[in-house]
Amino acid sequence: MMKRKHRRLSFVALGILVLAAAAALILTAFEDNIVFFHSPTEIVEKFAKHELRPEQRLRIGGLVEEGSVSKTADGATTRFKVTDLNKSVVVEFRGLLPDLFREGQGIVAEGHYNNAIFTAREVLAKHDETYMPPEVAEALKKSGQWKPAEKKK
Amino acid sequence: MFNYFANPTRYLRLISKLQPIAMVVTILTIGAGLYYALFKSPPDYQQSETVRMMYVHVPAAWMAMFCYVGLACSSAVALIWRHMVADIVAKSTAPIGACFTFLALATGSLWGKPMWGTWWVWDARLTSVLILFFLYLGYMVLYNAFDEPTRGARAAAILSIVGVINVPIIKFSVDWWNTLHQPASVVKMDGPAVHPSMLTPLLLMAVGYTALYFWILFIRTRAELNANKVRALRIRQAEG
Repeated sequence: MMKRKHRRLSFVALGILVLAAAAALILTAFEDNIVFFHSPTEIVEKFAKHELRPEQRLRIGGLVEEGSVSKTADGATTRFKVTDLNKSVVVEFRGLLPDLFREGQGIVAEGHYNNAIFTAREVLAKHDETYMPPEVAEALKKSGQWKPAEKKK
Repeated sequence: MFNYFANPTRYLRLISKLQPIAMVVTILTIGAGLYYALFKSPPDYQQSETVRMMYVHVPAAWMAMFCYVGLACSSAVALIWRHMVADIVAKSTAPIGACFTFLALATGSLWGKPMWGTWWVWDARLTSVLILFFLYLGYMVLYNAFDEPTRGARAAAILSIVGVINVPIIKFSVDWWNTLHQPASVVKMDGPAVHPSMLTPLLLMAVGYTALYFWILFIRTRAELNANKVRALRIRQAEG
């Protein structure tokens, strides 16, 4: 009886180990497909190496560069730069922007990259993991301890 | 300890003591938590009033994972030691966990629309939580898919143990890949990034949800054990 229990226990433990290894291999292999967006640096580099093509629909993610937001002549298209603090890409978007959209905010845009302009069909706002009352945010800014959301990688 | 509680009578005696405690804790903490969350806590500097969604959404997501780990562990105990009470605990946990997962998905969607600008995206975090929801549903379907209950219980237990791989994937999805969902705010290496005035109601709600889980679990397991008794009596009657 003891033996059977132990055999089942080792069978389950071994099964979990093998599954974990399989899951790790699969997820590593599909890493490029699981990422939700590319950084501006990745997009510029991958286009230079022809790994991405203009007709491909893709997502770009980064911070809206300070002072880069403007309207184009038709009055409905917003033009801004998305940066990862290394490279930046010009994004054009015609439509309603989310409430959180502002300079310095993290965003994810979906669309096509062609002739150094990213034409977005959709713009989503990405916020960071910090939560605090507005007064605390003000106080931090005043005392110079404000750390703007740094993008990873 | 496993062997001690393999006896349903002992288990029933224990939960009849714990159930009133779970009930009182649930009512007090969820009551106080909701009051703090809706009236006393400040708006967020970025999200203003919409941040109040956090107090329902985040504990639900935690519970979705907590219940799944509970489901997989008790399934493993039931499978390895042929432990009847562990099997009942697993069977009773699944629908509760599925409800918490649904709540996390639904409130997340309602929160995503005003903040991100979309109800749903297929990023790693959202997709892995959806898979968790399907694992719960699959467990419940598989459990009841066989004429002979013990076969269903075994098949479902194996499914739940296989699915436990998904739990660390959910937790670390926001660190391993870039996602639209922000990284962890509370359970992270350098301490919570949530202001104490907002962390208090959040943790109150988390304690409340956990107590609620145990409260419902105690009721459900008792019902299941009684149903088993009735079934055994019927069989004995039929056999005359």
